[in-house]
Amino acid sequence: MALLETVKSDKVVDARGTSCPGPLLELKKGITTVAVGGVLELLSSDEGTKADAPSWCKKVGHEFLGVVHEPGYDRIFIRRTK
Amino acid sequence: MAKRLSIVVYSGTVDKLMPVAIMTAGAVAMDMEVNLFVTFYGIHAFRKDQVQKNMRFSKDFEEMAPMMMKTMGEMHVPSWYDMLKDAKKSGKVRIVACSTTAGLMRVKKEDMIDIVDEIVGVGNYLDVASDSDITLFI
Repeated sequence: MALLETVKSDKVVDARGTSCPGPLLELKKGITTVAVGGVLELLSSDEGTKADAPSWCKKVGHEFLGVVHEPGYDRIFIRRTK
Repeated sequence: MAKRLSIVVYSGTVDKLMPVAIMTAGAVAMDMEVNLFVTFYGIHAFRKDQVQKNMRFSKDFEEMAPMMMKTMGEMHVPSWYDMLKDAKKSGKVRIVACSTTAGLMRVKKEDMIDIVDEIVGVGNYLDVASDSDITLFI
């Protein structure tokens, strides 16, 4: 996780305050706003998102980089691969 | 080929329509196709004149209804209807209604909300469901 701190996000999408599946829908929308190879950072206060995001990446085909926990929310990093 | 989720939407209570909508929206986010086969009390809930006023809740947990409705409002959780409408806009969601129950309830396609694509028979459901990766009955 230490490495994640050095990852620079190209775009931050704030989905805090929305419940599942809100953050996933934000991911679907948000990933197209970064270039291929770019990193999207999703902020989510829904506890389920940290488990959903890797599954979403596996299904849709992007790279899950990891999660940084912050008080009350998670920062989720995803690299667009296609 | 995209993975497909098929749900038989039998229930007409909000507590069961919510998971239908959440799973549909989630499936769209996961790039899946969704097929909803609306039947029985689902048909009633999908009527134009019921959508807004339907506050029905499963009898077993009826005492939880006011609290849950309040919390959903506070958390700005969209209604099942708005969630399905949005899912349809951003993905491949087909919503069909059972011809026999529509007949039993004297409901025509024009009486139902505009997200319903067509009225079909069980053969169509079985055809689509047999080509689905996940099938649920709610």
